[in-house]
Amino acid sequence: MSQANREITISILKYDPQDKTVEPRFVDYKLEETPGMTLFIALNSIRSNQDADLSYDFVCRAGICGSCGMVVNGKPVLACRTLTSTYPEGVITLLPMPAFELIKDLSVNTGKWMDEMSKRVESWIVTNEETDISKVEAKVEPKVAEEVFELDRCIECGLCLASCATKLMRPNFVGAVGLNRVARFQMDPHDQRTDEDFYELIGDDDGVFGCMSLLGCEDHCPKNLPLQNKIAYMRRKMVSVK
Amino acid sequence: MKVHYCDALVIGGGLAGLRASVAAQKKGLNTIVLSLVPVKRSHSAAAQGGMQASLGNSKMSEGDNEDLHFADTVKGSDWGCDQKVARMFVHTAPKAIRELAAWGVPWTRVQEGARTAIINAKQTTITEDQDRHGLIMSRDFGGTKKWRTCYTADATGHTMLFSVANEALKHDVDVRDRKEAISLIHENNRCYGAIVRDLITGELEAYVSKGTCIATGGYGRLYKSTTNAVICEGIGAALALETGVATLGNMEAVQFHPTPIVPSGILLTEGCRGDGGLLRDVDGHRFMPDYEPEKKELASRDVVSRRMMEHIRNGKGVPSPYGDHLWLDISILGREHIEKNLRDVQEISQVFNGIDPAVEGEKGWMPVRPMQHYSMGGIRINPTGESQNMAGLFSCGESACWDLHGFNRLGGNSVSETVVAGMIIGNYFADFCANNDVEISTATISKKLEEQQTYLEGLVKGQGTENVFKIKERMQEIMDDKVGIFRDGKNLADAVEELKELLERSKKLKIASTKMHNNPELEEAYRVPKMLKLALCVAKGARERTESRGAHYREDFLKRDDENWLKRTLTSWKSDEDLEPTITYEDIDIKTMEMPPAFRGYGAKGMTIEHEDASVRQAEVDNLTKEMQAAGKDRHEIQEALMDFDLPMNYKQKNERVGD
Repeated sequence: MSQANREITISILKYDPQDKTVEPRFVDYKLEETPGMTLFIALNSIRSNQDADLSYDFVCRAGICGSCGMVVNGKPVLACRTLTSTYPEGVITLLPMPAFELIKDLSVNTGKWMDEMSKRVESWIVTNEETDISKVEAKVEPKVAEEVFELDRCIECGLCLASCATKLMRPNFVGAVGLNRVARFQMDPHDQRTDEDFYELIGDDDGVFGCMSLLGCEDHCPKNLPLQNKIAYMRRKMVSVK
Repeated sequence: MKVHYCDALVIGGGLAGLRASVAAQKKGLNTIVLSLVPVKRSHSAAAQGGMQASLGNSKMSEGDNEDLHFADTVKGSDWGCDQKVARMFVHTAPKAIRELAAWGVPWTRVQEGARTAIINAKQTTITEDQDRHGLIMSRDFGGTKKWRTCYTADATGHTMLFSVANEALKHDVDVRDRKEAISLIHENNRCYGAIVRDLITGELEAYVSKGTCIATGGYGRLYKSTTNAVICEGIGAALALETGVATLGNMEAVQFHPTPIVPSGILLTEGCRGDGGLLRDVDGHRFMPDYEPEKKELASRDVVSRRMMEHIRNGKGVPSPYGDHLWLDISILGREHIEKNLRDVQEISQVFNGIDPAVEGEKGWMPVRPMQHYSMGGIRINPTGESQNMAGLFSCGESACWDLHGFNRLGGNSVSETVVAGMIIGNYFADFCANNDVEISTATISKKLEEQQTYLEGLVKGQGTENVFKIKERMQEIMDDKVGIFRDGKNLADAVEELKELLERSKKLKIASTKMHNNPELEEAYRVPKMLKLALCVAKGARERTESRGAHYREDFLKRDDENWLKRTLTSWKSDEDLEPTITYEDIDIKTMEMPPAFRGYGAKGMTIEHEDASVRQAEVDNLTKEMQAAGKDRHEIQEALMDFDLPMNYKQKNERVGD
């Protein structure tokens, strides 16, 4: 009853930086496409049946954790929510994301980068106020909580950096992810930092003034965050400091 | 030999581990967190619907308090939980949520005025009072008396995880990712850290600490159909088991969630039903009221999951290439509500199934079927979080059997447990680390390290014939088919025997690549035998437990048997040569309960074999309550007289509410 499934080819850039004996190379894997197949399913099938030494990162496989960014036919995407059926030619090329340290094959070190970024922009609530957690919580205007939540949806997957030309020119650029984090705390009523304080963190060419507004970040953000708006907003705020 | 010394070692960087690390760091301890993955990628992020805490801010949660949350939790657990632990938990949950608010979690807030909600498939108007405007809002979840689940749309776990992870960075906790503990360092029933493999370089290192806290989450990936992330393989619990000393509790207590989407198994939150979504069958009929006239779609998860499977067995499932399923219909909530409060659900459904659930009618219904979701079992610990058998070994969160959930966890109580346990156990753990020393020789440490090095080298050089991926797949099939929602003696006995065979076979592996670093097959090769041991604990525990309680449902023993089975299963693995765990039991004492066993209020009636102590204790509780009420005592004083409990820090303080 069911139609014959087509055969697809997945071509993967394989390279192990810790193994100097083997050069980077493309390896083609052919497999039968099943209905609803995602790259998560396809790569696991390749590892189980064809190449047990293939490295990649998945955790939630539901587009929530941000582990599986990779470059698929030239575009950075979350692999777990990418269906193989979206590629009619049946040939899919996978590369590790640029902008991050390569671990092996499709696995890159986003965690290390994001930790450094978080520390650099002090990606937490800064306040002198002590909260008594036995007492009723401070009120927050529902609209404001919603706006903060909207920006807090970032999963730090790194696709914005993998699509960022500024990051190529300025290795220390904090990226849309970093600027979004600052915009988020700038809006949060719990945070007591002033625009002057934020200027200290991102008021330079590795921060908000480095962005060339090419907006690959906005185009590829899997959470559809309003990155263009927020970068422009932070830039206006930072320009008006001093 | 690389040896790292620290005061407090936390294994696992999800919400529980990170919150515990903050507790330890704040007490001035040198604290290290080890994680398989960057901590913000932990499975905690996948918790969608929300966190239970009895704030009582919104209209539908008015009058809520610790007592109601306690009663719901105990009933949900089918009287399997430790009631003292449940009290510790419900008393700290409001504090946890307020702390998280201060740390930046953008909780959805109460909006004053009228709004429309769907309750029991009917449009209902709810009006929020002006004095509640801006306080933390809550939604409805299964098995609860009040609307108690606080949330940030349907990305609650994500926002909580980011806040706590960043708080850990703020306090300079040393967080190290892509590090995997593969064996605990222990001597004379005392734990001193772990042997750890760097997942990039493959190098083994010893992390030596005064105290060790395992917070590695559940063991959902023992099953083929599960909502759990791929890293939820129960390795932390297996490390404890492999000491031969520490015990695991109630491993057979496994929860199946009613509404993962078919076929991917990705969870659609309970918030879908909490907000008014319905379950429908092949005819489009809303069938839950037929089975559960009172709670309908919002009975506890074990009950709803079983009713769904029962309905499929009655021929009312929707046939599909991936097996029969039912429908989850949230279109009646309206597009605006879905796009605001159930956005991730909509996205998952659109991306993975091509269905927009906001479209009215059949086209918008999402295919769902119950699948493994949560592990109530885990490392058996005392109320302070320390193993009952091994000093210095603590555990918190899903990896532990604290035992807050007994045989069924309520929706919204898991993310809540992670942070609450991180606060309570994290502080007891920190006190232990502050008051104890490392008393193990470096010779012993290097011996442990060499043992593991030899083991791993043996694996890559192995000349066996077995394929580790095949063994793992077969284990997952056995668990789905024979240790699932409906269980019986024959299938469980078969499962135990076949799992034992698999464990034998897993000792004769052949691995393609001999690389010691970054070799995914090598990782499977040392994890799968650990997983098989856990699977055997689950299957054997289930085989022995000849009753039905909470999520453990025996078709050959349909009643909850308080007379014989009001006890916890404890499993241990005495020797490396063993092929199955040793089981002992721990009695649950009715005489000390604040709430003696009774009917849950949902599920089939008259299905309990009662214990003689239940009515005696109930009379005691009733009399004492009446006397104290007559003497003008308040609910806190009465509770204390019935069943006193302790908490660290100032967590015992009364929780203020606007309605006070």
